[in-house]
Amino acid sequence: MSGYYFVTMAALVLTAFFISRARAGRLIKGGVGQLHSLPNYHGLFAASAVFVPMLVIYAVGAPLLERFAETQALSFFGTDAASDALHRNATLRDIQNLVAGQYTGTPADALLEAARTLKSTLWWGNALIYGVGVLAGLLAIGLSVGRVSAAFRARNHFERLVVVVLLLCAAVAVLTTIGIVFSVLYETIRFFFDPSLKGRPTVTEFLFGTEWNPQAAMRADQGDIKTAYGFIPLLTGTLLITLIAIVVAGPLGLFSAIYLSEYATGRFRAWAKPVLEILAGIPTVVLGFFAALTVAPLIRGWGAYFGLDVASESALAAGLVMGMMIIPFISSLSDDVINSVPQSLRDGAYAMGATKSETIKQVVLPAALPGIVSAFMLAISRAIGETMIVVMAAGLAANLTFNPLDAVTTITVQIKTILVGDQEFDSAKTLAAFALGFVLFFVTLVLNIIALTIVRRYREEYD
Amino acid sequence: MTDISASYAAPTRRVDVTSPAAQARIRARYRREKRFKLYGLVALSLAAVFVVVLIGDVLSRGLPAFWQYSLVLDVPVDAAAVSSDGKVDEASIRAADYYPLTRAALEAVFPGELTRSAQKQLVRLVSSDAAQPLRDKLVADPALVGTTVKTRLILSANSDLYYKGSGTPISSREMRGIATPSGTSGDITILTSANDFADVLVELKQRISEQAKALRAEADRLELFAGDSITAKVKALRDEAAKLQQRVDQPKVEEKLDNKMPSLLVAIDGGLVKINTLSDVSARGTVLLPLQSTADAKPGTWKLVTYETPESNRKVSDQEVAFLERLKELNHVERSFNWTFLTAGDSREPELAGIRGALVGTALTLLITLVLCLPIGVMAAIYLEEFARKGRLTDLIEVNINNLAAVPSIVFGLLGLAVFLNFFGMPRSAPLVGGITLGLLVLPTIIIAARAALKAVPPSIKEAALGVGASHQQAIFHHVLPLAMPGIMTGTIIGMAHALGETAPLLMIGMIAFIVDVPHGFTDAATVLPVQIYLWSDLPEVAFKSKTAAAIIVLLMFLFVMNGAAIWLRKRFERRW
Repeated sequence: MSGYYFVTMAALVLTAFFISRARAGRLIKGGVGQLHSLPNYHGLFAASAVFVPMLVIYAVGAPLLERFAETQALSFFGTDAASDALHRNATLRDIQNLVAGQYTGTPADALLEAARTLKSTLWWGNALIYGVGVLAGLLAIGLSVGRVSAAFRARNHFERLVVVVLLLCAAVAVLTTIGIVFSVLYETIRFFFDPSLKGRPTVTEFLFGTEWNPQAAMRADQGDIKTAYGFIPLLTGTLLITLIAIVVAGPLGLFSAIYLSEYATGRFRAWAKPVLEILAGIPTVVLGFFAALTVAPLIRGWGAYFGLDVASESALAAGLVMGMMIIPFISSLSDDVINSVPQSLRDGAYAMGATKSETIKQVVLPAALPGIVSAFMLAISRAIGETMIVVMAAGLAANLTFNPLDAVTTITVQIKTILVGDQEFDSAKTLAAFALGFVLFFVTLVLNIIALTIVRRYREEYD
Repeated sequence: MTDISASYAAPTRRVDVTSPAAQARIRARYRREKRFKLYGLVALSLAAVFVVVLIGDVLSRGLPAFWQYSLVLDVPVDAAAVSSDGKVDEASIRAADYYPLTRAALEAVFPGELTRSAQKQLVRLVSSDAAQPLRDKLVADPALVGTTVKTRLILSANSDLYYKGSGTPISSREMRGIATPSGTSGDITILTSANDFADVLVELKQRISEQAKALRAEADRLELFAGDSITAKVKALRDEAAKLQQRVDQPKVEEKLDNKMPSLLVAIDGGLVKINTLSDVSARGTVLLPLQSTADAKPGTWKLVTYETPESNRKVSDQEVAFLERLKELNHVERSFNWTFLTAGDSREPELAGIRGALVGTALTLLITLVLCLPIGVMAAIYLEEFARKGRLTDLIEVNINNLAAVPSIVFGLLGLAVFLNFFGMPRSAPLVGGITLGLLVLPTIIIAARAALKAVPPSIKEAALGVGASHQQAIFHHVLPLAMPGIMTGTIIGMAHALGETAPLLMIGMIAFIVDVPHGFTDAATVLPVQIYLWSDLPEVAFKSKTAAAIIVLLMFLFVMNGAAIWLRKRFERRW
């Protein structure tokens, strides 16, 4: 049905375009200068005058019709089908299968009746949408073609529409943020405050609890499984791995940046930069594979050599590889800020007789400090939010420990573990993942905002 | 003026730069300078070493998976085996059970009586769908039914790995005496006229004593470290060493071999016997490959074969090694490019699994991503760069885009799950939802790149257009945008490369299911290459590790091509104004 609609729409849009353009073209007698707008713009104006209303009619009509038809069909099944979401969906699926001819078995009378109603309602509704749409299109053609005249400012009208479309595109980014905030926040609030939820924790229990054991009690006899939603072990695990990563990546990234921006010759830079870019471009799933299959056994082997018990999913392996992942972040951001320190500061230090390294340590780095700090903050936020490396190389058990040789788990690992597979949106376990997601989003957002603000202010200072 | 110079002149401190102390200070400063410079070099080389090790590791694990060993055997295709209701047609050929045919063909290679366990192990050498190439051949040419077809049989993953070198080093040496086997199958005894077995026995004892020594040394070394778990470990090591030492010291005439030691076998009269008990003059053992006769073997015609890796340390048993080695000697083994890996969908059997489903899923997903985020990204960039009035709203959008670029990718997965799947009721595991989610994820990257590209076009271009009477939009769409296009394309390719490597958000929206079929549309259940890598890396079979690495190689190749294209575009079209 929608196929017909869109084909008709395309036909009407093209008709409007060509009629208007041709009419405008006939107005040209002595030269194009007599027209306010070029014929093409008259055509585009007419085309958009048809396109926009027809699109709106479909976009509004189709979902409304679907909802209406479903309600009509469900009215054959009593009240519980309309109120209970699970029952409602199952019934709807049955009806739709019957309509599509894929229903297995002999359908009940009510089902047959419902299917017939659904089919006829949809048919009439679609016909209605089609009729209204075509009518609106034809009306738009009539009106817009009638307006074609030498003085008509078709270009201005069309350009106004273009700006609106451009604005809508820019708004997609904002809508995404709003979508993230609402989807995560909504489920988080349900997690903490929905009274119908079994086993939900209070906010304090969540924030300060030291035990994490999300279990969905699937059956009544499993009721005695102790569920606990204490966030602290996840936090310490995440911080431990992040700390290891920063300890690795901080010095390596910073020294790389210093060398590249202060010492390296042009030819050396041309070789070294791509290496860092390759490192930045390696997908994290590949790094996770490397961490789990190569680095972790290696560390375990070394540990065994020195008589240490190293967990096969040690925080150290995940942290080391994650550190390697964020080296390029730190080095490229630091490289930028070091480069934007004015040359006059360096020249001043050289004039005083300072060596290059003394200049860097005592003049360039202090001047670049805010930028470097924000580079580290962005790297930390990246490490906290990183998922695949820890999913593949870190553990699942929520141990409250600071020993890098033990297995720890992180926020992202828990989100992934809870949400992969079938999930119901009315169990505390599923919602717990959204609460974790909210914490993750909030923490990284704060880090990013602070870091980006520092960078911005810092740039303004030297520009 | 005079005041200032006076105040400067007051505290004079003279430094003698030629004094030895000053010289030493300067040398120390230069040393520090050198050291500092070295730190930078070391940091960069560590990063480079990591990249090289990572890529080398992936290549060394993954490249073997692009080749595959298979058996080439003559399989007699009995018409009865591939017919249904007495008719042979395509359907019956496809539906037929090829297990009996494969089994018969394999057993034909090893004449003589095999034990039940040997028979079982023989069949397990090949894949559960070993006759796939045979079936394809028969489907293509049904006239072959009833004849003997020379065909490839797919080996099981373990056999494949054995031929790729994960088995055991094998050594053999000729024996001097005349050997007499007591039978051709089952458990037999081999007697020899010379003291061949005595020499072997001495060597064996020596080897055990070395083992004991190594254990003791390890225990001594571990004792240097403290800890309860270590004390226990040390004790266990010492006990084991003592047990071994006892075996060496006892003047026994017989030695039992166990699976913690290299396997000793006797190749005699066309068969192979695994030694279980060894004494000075005789060896008792189990026949792995049946002997042709019990004739006396002359000196030099029979051999002692050693499988160096202890049986407990490898995936393949002695029996399997015997079969596989014999198959190789008879030239039944062929190495070829592993097309299955590129043309098949996923499978539970490593030797039958391929990445085609994941590749198609990736293509569908990325197509949605591109269609979605290229126009929206470019238009948003044009708006922000050219039309937005500087104000609070524009500021908000800008800050928002910058932050969105740094939001963890898994959060976009939560968005996809809550909004697209749960709220809008879109299908799970579908490339459509994956593509939209990834589109939102890379949108900020593309907007930022497109803005930079637009900004790089000098204002004089726009001003010239405005000057000859173009409207603002005409100037931008007709003149600025085409000039910014190479930069925009570069940014888009880099964004798509980013999307190609992304895994976490797709896990959230269910693109992680085990899917055998190749997806045909945007709403079919599908998986993508990085998720396939994740799924395989989680499987316990060793063979899947190398498949995973091979899939990683494919993924990295795509990324290199894409990034290479971006660099080429930049080099080719970059203009300095």
